[in-house]
Amino acid sequence: MPVLLEFEEPIGELLEQLEKAKEISEKGDVDTTKTVRDIEQKIKQKREEIYKNLTPWQRVQVSRHPERPYTLSYIKYLTNETFVELHGDRTVGDDKAMVGGFGKIDGQSFMIIGQQKGINTKMRQYRNFGMPNPEGYRKALRLMKMAEKFNKPVITLIDTPGAFPGLEAEERGQGEAIARNLFEMAKLKVPIICIVIGEGASGGALGIGVGDKVLMLENSWYSVISPENCSTILWRNWDHKIEAADALKLTSSDMLKNKLIDGIIKEPVGGAHIDPEATFENVKEAILTNVEKLKKLTPAKRVEKRIEKFAAMGSIS
Amino acid sequence: MGWFKRIKEGITTSTKDKKETPEGLWYKCPECNTVVSTDEHKKNLWVCGECNYHSRVGSAEYFEILFDGGKFTEFNKAMSSGDPLKFEDTKKYPDRIKSSQKKTGLKDAIKTGQGKLNGRNLVICAMDFKFIGGSMGSVVGEKISRAIDVAVKEKCPLIIISKSGGARMMEAGFSLMQMAKTSAKLTLLAEAKLPYVSILTDPTTGGVTASFAMLGDINIAEPGALIGFAGPRVVKETIGKDLPEGFQTSEFVLEHGFLDFIVHRHQLKEKLAESFDFFAITSKTKK
Ligand SMILES: [Zn+2]
Repeated sequence: MPVLLEFEEPIGELLEQLEKAKEISEKGDVDTTKTVRDIEQKIKQKREEIYKNLTPWQRVQVSRHPERPYTLSYIKYLTNETFVELHGDRTVGDDKAMVGGFGKIDGQSFMIIGQQKGINTKMRQYRNFGMPNPEGYRKALRLMKMAEKFNKPVITLIDTPGAFPGLEAEERGQGEAIARNLFEMAKLKVPIICIVIGEGASGGALGIGVGDKVLMLENSWYSVISPENCSTILWRNWDHKIEAADALKLTSSDMLKNKLIDGIIKEPVGGAHIDPEATFENVKEAILTNVEKLKKLTPAKRVEKRIEKFAAMGSIS
Repeated sequence: MGWFKRIKEGITTSTKDKKETPEGLWYKCPECNTVVSTDEHKKNLWVCGECNYHSRVGSAEYFEILFDGGKFTEFNKAMSSGDPLKFEDTKKYPDRIKSSQKKTGLKDAIKTGQGKLNGRNLVICAMDFKFIGGSMGSVVGEKISRAIDVAVKEKCPLIIISKSGGARMMEAGFSLMQMAKTSAKLTLLAEAKLPYVSILTDPTTGGVTASFAMLGDINIAEPGALIGFAGPRVVKETIGKDLPEGFQTSEFVLEHGFLDFIVHRHQLKEKLAESFDFFAITSKTKK
């Protein structure tokens, strides 16, 4: 049974009924095939009903669902286990919150980079909750430069609550590391496709987010700050996170409407975690179609269009 | 050593102290309490003659300090922010903009212009902290972007004087993308082999540090400025203990390798002229 978010409660009862019906069926007392099918249908309907009208805050919750697939799960599936992870920034260390390496998707080589969250308490600590230090951004840049050298497209998978705000991160230039990536990514000669798969919080997300195509999974979010921190700063407490989520216009549809991203990748009804494979397939398709288009442009044209796209973002009067 | 103490006490103290002296007459240094007339203070380029405390000043003051004869052509004077998100917290965003404009006499948190520095044609962008904490929204991004276009077109150097709390929350995604926008535009300047000098002043944090402020061919700072990515309060919460003395000051950032040098405001213009002489991309024109 999947972990249910509070707004999914109406599904909970149905899921319990389903379990029971299956149990009975297994014992072989009564044939419950029809009942099972009916309940499954009801669950599907209920999910569709709930997911049709998710509020921004509910989407934020889906993006943080404990069972939501993280970067390495995508990579494993997309590359059909041909992925070779590459470590280290060649200066300070290897940041476990940022992973990267090369692998083949449908026979084509890609450099794939992304923030990595941990799947359990121990791993969450190991991955620093997906919050990279400067070394993470510098490792990412090293790998992007390598991809450029060997003329391979770059995929970045964004999923972070932010760049790590620690003491050493400041000492080692968190700001400079992110800034450098923005600058270098803007002019990287190979195609770059960036996909927000979960949380896209601020500069920590953007640090691997400057691409020819920036896409968001349907239930991911992307903004300058998390709703909680926004609430703290503007309302002086956490109680306004729901209003903050509304105000920030951080959902994929709002970001697309404001022309701050290039497209949305559909998730199964109920979120990526309900059917990870279906999600991975959608992502794979998005990567392959986009890279095909991008490869038709010359490197100079791609860079020109990339810079023009970001230069056009803004709202002035 | 006064700088360190100031950071520890929090950056709001100094502004509060300043308000206690009668406006337009006297200036009391928040560091050493020395009182001088505001005329005297201005003559000293808003630096305390006793302890060298550099007061926070804005675009008007920096333009006066740096442009020859205080003369310059300002770009996009009337540019003001839109309200793309219909953002509303305790106040509607357009109302916040309007009241800030009224209070400060500024249109937004940056001014950009062209003039001469020791006879050399150049473009300067200078931020204003008093306008919503010097926060970067669409106007800051667009004005920098257009200033870069001018520098490229006229083949002249660019200076950006940063003074900002970071990205402006009320423009959310739009603000975030100004980081990418300004950084991407800077690649065009680099491509044209034109020098960019970033001057980091008190304070420079968040999305501004994580974009154009750290991307200078040379990065320089005024003494004692607060410079960082995460704000000191956030870092303190993260590590759960007091911050070491001098953390995130210019001197700290220099020591860790992210600044080329620190310059006293009195020497700022001269140092910049020397730097551009070294880069020597435009020949000096006669005055
Ligand atoms: Zn003093």
